[in-house]
Amino acid sequence: MITFSPRDKVSKNWIIIGPALSIFLTVFFGLLIFAFLGYDPLETLYQIFISPFSRIDRVSDIFVKACPLIIIGIGLMLCFRANVWNIGAEGQFIMGTLLAGSFALLFPNVETKLLIFIMIFIGFLGGALWAFIPAILKTKLNVNEILVSLMLVYVAMLFIDFIVRGPLRDPMSFGFPLSKPYPEGALVNKISFPGIGFLGQLHYGILFIILLIPFSWIFMNKTLSGFKINVLGAAPKAARFAGFNQNAVTISVLIISGGLAGVAGVIEVSANIGQLQPEVSFGYGFTAIIVAFLGRLNPLGILFAGIIIATVKLGADNAQMSMGIPKVVTGLFEGILLFFLLTGETLQKYKIRWSKVRK
Amino acid sequence: MAVKKEPEILLKASKINKSFGNFNANKDIDISIAKGEIHALLGENGAGKSTLVKIFYGVLKPDTGTIEINNNEVSISSPNSARKNGIGMVFQHFSLFPALTVAENILIALDTKVKFRDLISEISKLSNEWELFVDPLKRVSELSVGEQQRVEIIRCLMQNPKLLIMDEPTSVLTPQEITNLFKILKRLAHSGCSILYISHKLEEIIELADQVTILKSGKSIATINAKKTTTKILAETMVGKEITSLKKVNIKSASKDIALELKNLNKQKETNFGISLKNINLNVNYGEILGVAGIAGNGQVELMEILSGETIANNENEILLETLPIGYKNITERRQLGIEIIPEERTLHATVPNLTMNENTFLTYFSKYYNTNNIISNFLNNPQNSIIESQKIIKDNDVRCPEANPLANQLSGGNLQKFILGRSLANNPKVAIFSQPTWGVDIGAATSIRQKLLNLSQNGKAVILISQDLEEIFELSDQICVINNGILSKIMPVDKITAADVGLLMGGKLETDIELETIK
Repeated sequence: MITFSPRDKVSKNWIIIGPALSIFLTVFFGLLIFAFLGYDPLETLYQIFISPFSRIDRVSDIFVKACPLIIIGIGLMLCFRANVWNIGAEGQFIMGTLLAGSFALLFPNVETKLLIFIMIFIGFLGGALWAFIPAILKTKLNVNEILVSLMLVYVAMLFIDFIVRGPLRDPMSFGFPLSKPYPEGALVNKISFPGIGFLGQLHYGILFIILLIPFSWIFMNKTLSGFKINVLGAAPKAARFAGFNQNAVTISVLIISGGLAGVAGVIEVSANIGQLQPEVSFGYGFTAIIVAFLGRLNPLGILFAGIIIATVKLGADNAQMSMGIPKVVTGLFEGILLFFLLTGETLQKYKIRWSKVRK
Repeated sequence: MAVKKEPEILLKASKINKSFGNFNANKDIDISIAKGEIHALLGENGAGKSTLVKIFYGVLKPDTGTIEINNNEVSISSPNSARKNGIGMVFQHFSLFPALTVAENILIALDTKVKFRDLISEISKLSNEWELFVDPLKRVSELSVGEQQRVEIIRCLMQNPKLLIMDEPTSVLTPQEITNLFKILKRLAHSGCSILYISHKLEEIIELADQVTILKSGKSIATINAKKTTTKILAETMVGKEITSLKKVNIKSASKDIALELKNLNKQKETNFGISLKNINLNVNYGEILGVAGIAGNGQVELMEILSGETIANNENEILLETLPIGYKNITERRQLGIEIIPEERTLHATVPNLTMNENTFLTYFSKYYNTNNIISNFLNNPQNSIIESQKIIKDNDVRCPEANPLANQLSGGNLQKFILGRSLANNPKVAIFSQPTWGVDIGAATSIRQKLLNLSQNGKAVILISQDLEEIFELSDQICVINNGILSKIMPVDKITAADVGLLMGGKLETDIELETIK
């Protein structure tokens, strides 16, 4: 049997050596696998790790890719800190997008950007409503939120599929399951830098993150609400002893994280797609769970984790396009990276003991 | 002069060492247990008793040291191999499944295959032979704690043990059940089974044991013939210094003013394994300590929760503070009204282990920093606000901290309890409610905590003391009542009731069955 026991203290050196060793091992096994499969290993590594940084517009694309991951990750941070396991951010992302998008399509000719702000609000509402279902079931009937939130992802996926094939299908779409394009007022524009112009796909949605990161840090560390979340996650009985309402905290964190997932959806679709389609998310809601944990459930960490994950995803895309490496292989490489990063982090805090198997 | 026969040694352990990180739980412990001997292991909490017996039972592995059974060196790698070597153990916290029957619980612990019908007759045979009466087909959740202990003992006896280890077996029993248990243990020893008996209760050891080994900070400091010693010698050897006694002032400021009152309080249990509170009537006056005795698991937790406001009463008028109905008030509101709670569990209930002292002060102080008019400062109400108070609590109560603002889990149990008490008493409460305040702290700290309770009542505060420790109840209380299965007995003055009566009430007898000297 393997048992993990906490280390007495975490060595300062290992805080630096640990991640470095994780990266080294990832690179080492990556090289082995690529070589074994007959791809030029150095070229592949270059594509995955370096090429996303090779041009300024590519760097800005990292931020575009990281944007929804970070927004959802911050919301999930609140849940996970409170020991509430919201696994359904993907569904909340979809429902937020769908509700806000349907609203936008009611106003086909609106050009004022007021619309996108209203959509962000409605997107928050949509995601929050979807997360409210597991919240109310958990607090009233003690139903496990992991199962409910996860299963609602598939309900949301099928629901948006139904909507864009049925009620909201654009008659001009030649039978494709697509809605009409969003009106001008519903789009998040790309940022035009004076003298340079556009930098890749970099859009104004990035401003939301710039506000969200410091605000969420203050919320977690400098407010009574943040304190309640921390206490509830660490010791539910102590939260009761302090007089904190456990159900209120559980419902709030689910609503906020669902809402943020919905906002992430609105920004993502309004910036990059501009209409509703059956697939609006590409697993952002699930990837963000990894981002939240890799970022050690703190806002700055989540910012960096979002950037790391986005880089590797973009690098993997580059490797697919320029070298024809199949998606499963780059997916395998992403898996190796996460495995070593998370293992490294666990081993920093815990030591492993092997003991004999008992009958 | 007749030559005394040297007793045959069953188990001999030499130079046992075990450390956890930098902490040495056992240092060079030597102990030998003779055949048919009742050998007591005495020591304060944290002296290393449990570690040592866990090594004997194969739950822990010693770092160094040897164990010999019948002069053969053995290695006990698991409880399974301990049982094969003839060692059985009854843990302090029972390892029974409440939803299964007695026989099923015994069946799953057996190493050999037995037919269920044979098993039941075997259990009946053993339970009659040893007067360990218990119905093999009853569910464990329906048994009293004493009966559950019998199941544990039967489970050990099924293996024909040569050595039976009992870890603090009397902490959950009534005085009558204890007498019974001692009879059984003595008979067992007489039949040749050695018993290793762990306790920190001195009278018990004198009454029961042949030999007693005293542990202190992980070392065995003495092995004494228990038949030729006194409790005073044992206590002073165990603590290593003379024990100061409590200063009880006889001039009491007890008034006739009722501080807190429960009137016909009923509360349904929330889970299957909880206890419903049934028609509870209780009152405590200012300047008085009310002791609530009872065996663990008879509704103390539920009573504590309803008194604290962690659960809300069904009817507002079931709880009165002086004349104010507070049944619907939550714990924060009750705190503001001057009711302070000191729960039994110091970590994870009274404090959060991985938060700092400052944050743990904020835990119960946060409502003090509210400003009804300032929404922004209420939103930004954070532990920073309680720095001054937390440092004052630490200083005034002599809480020994490794650094200025350590995490709660860096403090020892006694120091943490000082902090928790200090945090509550700094609010100058009218009513203070304690649950097991001295559980698991050393004798020195326990004395100082008890003194604080006495001082509170002498300063005109109302104190409720919920405790399983009868000695403590009798030492401190002015009035005593007993809780059994969610029913509270009448409240009686301490000088009108004996420990034996309280014991009967704890065991479920009704007041009417007991001839008390007076009943008001």
